[in-house]
Amino acid sequence: MGWETWIITTFSRSLAYGTPLLLGTLGEIYAERSGVLNLGVEGMMIMGAYSGFTTAYVTGNPWLGILVAAVVGGVFSLIHAFASVTLKANQVVSGLSLTMLGLGLSGMFGRGWEGKPLPVSIPKITVSGLSKIPFLGPILFEGQNLIVYLAIILVPLLWYILYRTRIGITIRSVGESPATADSLGINVDRVRYVCVFIGGVLAGVAGGYLSVAYRPAWTEGMTAGIGWIVIALTIFAFWNPAYGMLGAYLFAALYHLSYRLQPWVSPEFLKAMPYAFAILVLIFVSRGTLQKRMGAPAALSLPYTRGED
Amino acid sequence: MKGSIGFKVERRPVASGRVVFFVSLFAILAALVVAGIFFWIYGVSPIRAYLLILKGSLGSRFGLAETVRRAIPLLLCGVGLTIAFRALFWNIGAEGQLLMGAVAAAGIALFSGLPDPLLLPAMFIGGFLGGAAWGLVPAILKVMLGLNDVITTLMMNYIAIYFVEWLIHGPWKGPTARGFAYSDTFPQAAWLPTLYGTRIHWPTLVLGLVLAVVMYILVTRTRSGFEIRVIGENPDAARFAGISQLKTTLLVMLISGGFAGLAGVGEIAGIHMRLLGPTNISMGYGYTAIIVAWLARRNPLAVIVTSLLFGVIMTGGDVIKVSLGLPFQLINVFNGLILFFLIGSEILLRYKISFLLRR
Amino acid sequence: MDNSEGYAIELCGIVKRFPGVVANDGIDLKVHRGEIHCLLGENGAGKTTLMRVLYGLYRPEEGEIILNGQPVHMTSPRAALNHHVGMVHQHFRLVPTLSVEENIILGLNEGTGPFVNFRKTREKISSIANEYGLSVDLQTKVWQLTVGQQQRVEILKALYREVDILIMDEPTSVLTPQEVDQLFTTLRTLVNDGLTIIFITHKLDEVMQVSDRVTVLRKGKVVSTLPTAETDKPGLARLMVGREVVFRLEKSPLKQREKILEMNDLHALNDRGLPALRGVSFDLFGGEILGVAGVSGNGQYELAEVLTGLRKSTKGKIFLAKKEVTNCSAREMNDLNVAHIPAERIRMGIVPALSIRENLILKKYRRPPFSQGEFLNTKEIEENALRAMSDYQIAAPSYETPAKLLSGGNIQKVVLARELSENPSLIVAVHPTYGLDIGATEQVRQILLTQRERGAATLLISEDLEEIMTMSDRILVMFNGEVMGILDAESADIEEIGLMMAGTRHKGEDL
Repeated sequence: MGWETWIITTFSRSLAYGTPLLLGTLGEIYAERSGVLNLGVEGMMIMGAYSGFTTAYVTGNPWLGILVAAVVGGVFSLIHAFASVTLKANQVVSGLSLTMLGLGLSGMFGRGWEGKPLPVSIPKITVSGLSKIPFLGPILFEGQNLIVYLAIILVPLLWYILYRTRIGITIRSVGESPATADSLGINVDRVRYVCVFIGGVLAGVAGGYLSVAYRPAWTEGMTAGIGWIVIALTIFAFWNPAYGMLGAYLFAALYHLSYRLQPWVSPEFLKAMPYAFAILVLIFVSRGTLQKRMGAPAALSLPYTRGED
Repeated sequence: MKGSIGFKVERRPVASGRVVFFVSLFAILAALVVAGIFFWIYGVSPIRAYLLILKGSLGSRFGLAETVRRAIPLLLCGVGLTIAFRALFWNIGAEGQLLMGAVAAAGIALFSGLPDPLLLPAMFIGGFLGGAAWGLVPAILKVMLGLNDVITTLMMNYIAIYFVEWLIHGPWKGPTARGFAYSDTFPQAAWLPTLYGTRIHWPTLVLGLVLAVVMYILVTRTRSGFEIRVIGENPDAARFAGISQLKTTLLVMLISGGFAGLAGVGEIAGIHMRLLGPTNISMGYGYTAIIVAWLARRNPLAVIVTSLLFGVIMTGGDVIKVSLGLPFQLINVFNGLILFFLIGSEILLRYKISFLLRR
Repeated sequence: MDNSEGYAIELCGIVKRFPGVVANDGIDLKVHRGEIHCLLGENGAGKTTLMRVLYGLYRPEEGEIILNGQPVHMTSPRAALNHHVGMVHQHFRLVPTLSVEENIILGLNEGTGPFVNFRKTREKISSIANEYGLSVDLQTKVWQLTVGQQQRVEILKALYREVDILIMDEPTSVLTPQEVDQLFTTLRTLVNDGLTIIFITHKLDEVMQVSDRVTVLRKGKVVSTLPTAETDKPGLARLMVGREVVFRLEKSPLKQREKILEMNDLHALNDRGLPALRGVSFDLFGGEILGVAGVSGNGQYELAEVLTGLRKSTKGKIFLAKKEVTNCSAREMNDLNVAHIPAERIRMGIVPALSIRENLILKKYRRPPFSQGEFLNTKEIEENALRAMSDYQIAAPSYETPAKLLSGGNIQKVVLARELSENPSLIVAVHPTYGLDIGATEQVRQILLTQRERGAATLLISEDLEEIMTMSDRILVMFNGEVMGILDAESADIEEIGLMMAGTRHKGEDL
């Protein structure tokens, strides 16, 4: 393969593989921005993958599968929201338990679905006119599917909502200083429920994408830790959807390249990159002003009760 | 005369041991009921499934042995985690610390060239240090820079996983069989003895039991244990009393990481005798140990019981895999439900709901 | 109710109770429209509570709120804002990582649906800012602003919501003198525009400088409401602290012994990085109690923390029995036998989940006889607990009882038993009887007096002026991080103390 083809393929594949990373990260950004740490992403993703696949298989409609995946992810996340926001239980443990539950349930019910080919999957699209654009054309408009485009569109949309609208201001205030938000009449609990739900829905779609579009197939444990990369990416993105996009495609590229670059860099090293980078980012923003400028939402993982300020 | 039933919710100042026990029991039962529902939806009678599990894990000599051998790493990790949790250090990284302990032990077994009688002791020491070092990094980051312990320990897990992958695919690559990579087999002197006919590597078991007792004594009867408890219960009072957060956090993670490392040594030298793929070394022991420690209410002695309980569950998973064709992952359903109900029921520990009959 | 006099606010018979204390005891307050009305009083007088009732943060047990002749129910701050009542709290309610304009419009619906019409909001904010001289860069993130600028944002927040009534809670405690002047100018402009302002303070200078009328509260009741022009600082001080005869405890005559503590020009910062102690100097002798009087927030807490190793000083020296102990750690001060009875006994003084016997050794556990090497000596610890419980009459089922189950008085006795068990040379007691019932208060005071007899040097920091006057041999008054004066307790004039607490330096010789 010539150099140019090689680059194009890499970018193209990164776009495809980075999509579930991106979707999951966008959702987790919203959840964490409202102050709730959701470690259940992996569980929600795999439940989305399972339910999406089975729905698509049974109904023959892959888009219905994606929809069901979104709903399942959302419902799962509501359980987490209930435990974290209403019961004010330990958010770390609640998220972990849902991941375990998701992995277990999907493994259990997924038995027997392995190896079944999906008759109708999300179609790959080639936009004949646009795909002729040199360089960008083949990357963006040849062989991608609608969900990839959806993810790309979500980035500026979610960025705009978070930083330029009333809803975004509300979300950010709840995550930084719930007491202040509460004193101005904002319903802290409701905002958190909504944001966690968004996180769950997007995680579900990410999982559904894997089993209905990317592969398409179902295998037990097929999310293979993408949910945990999402947690790392959320930090790497400084809780900003724009950087989230950068991080998702960057790490997708690294993953794709990990075997190609084998003679020079070990693939395991590249795969460990997201996690190491997340720690480095945390160290980087631990100093005072940087913490405020780009750090985690101040109330992250802390349950809020009125009157305890 | 008509009466009406109302209920009163009041804060409970202290939950007695009895209440804690019953609430924990309630959580487990609730989890079993819900899991049973899932079985039923799947098409398997829950009664049949549970009977199979009990028979398989406790009803035969082989099953009992398997239950105990699964409990060993849970015991070691669990005891370490009770110490960490007592000081409010949320060590989610036992999985990675276990792996690093295994790596250290494997390195010593394969490359140290020590004389035979020294090999196993050196492996245990090395494993302890390996796990401890891996645990100290997040501890230092938390104390010096205030970094969130959950995230750092979690991230370190994956770094450890890929480190092991790199070793077995790269510098420590041994013969490969059927596409799986692993290191060379350890020399015989590096194999832990097992109880006749079983896979119970008893030196690690004994170590675990001893350490459980030692940690219990530490927590209840030593100065360091006192400091750990004060920091965990009231950090402000700890500062007031001049207790050093730095030293206590480091000590706690030294222990917690080190014990997880010991568990790794046990797995490597007792079960596999070589360095394997990370998911084969630890089937989520580090994460399951979190539930073990939580259920034990951070009491090192109680971990002996709770680790056995989860040993039953894990062996049950094997049984179900064989008899009902369900994947091993299924035990995660139990784990997830138990953990979820445990923390969900904690609200019952904080508040007392009493029913009143009003006239 | 005749509203022809144009009262903007009428509070009638407000009663607000908290467990163990009546914060507002039947308060009547009338505020004219367009005036600056000061609420003056010491801590615990009930000023902030009363305003929080007006702002909807608290619901009163009894009483009525009438705004412009209409009775209203203040169910929450949202309701207060709907009634055009705004409040600038002592500790700002701002989100640090949001920008100024985002903080101002937080919670409001300024546009269509989720979209914010930033152009319109910016225009509105700018016009308000220009009108009242409250300029601040709208795009800056709040954490980047100075405290004075942050306060301006808080005011803008209220003005943006078109409040008629603005409550300000101790607004000058975090401002520089120049910022204070600017604030007062702003307040005057606001009032000229028809706003009504209620201003909570304990500083007499400010009352005289900026208010039209002043209401003095003491112990939850209104002492007097009068036009500022008809009074002066001594008069206000007298109203603030009261003239009743102070009941003195049976106290043996002072036997002052050798000098135990010398504080030399001590400077320290508070948690926000602002100066809390500005050159504090005094001596303390064995066998005496030096009471530190002053309204909370003038450096007393920081003084106690510096003395006990919980806060670093930035300048100055401390000598304990001629040995320099400046910036020693808490553990070191502990080892030097300095006792600290903290203000927040539950948050700092005990570990609530641990048993009484464990709490009793919280400081001494490292040393024999309570530990030998690494191990705790259970028998000694238990015996110590039995002794302490009998000596200090701590009422509890056993020494295994968790400390959090004890009453406030018993908790304090555990703290005292622990701190005083080894005959300390220096005792730093901060609000030792706060929140205790009469019986427990008596016991605690008696214990402190016994220590005084024994020869200990005690620094008694308290917001209860009566307690200071009863217990102390000498009285030191703090204001704004400085020592306003040191008087002999027997001959001290309570009005003079009140004046010093509110900012006037003592003219005579310091003791």
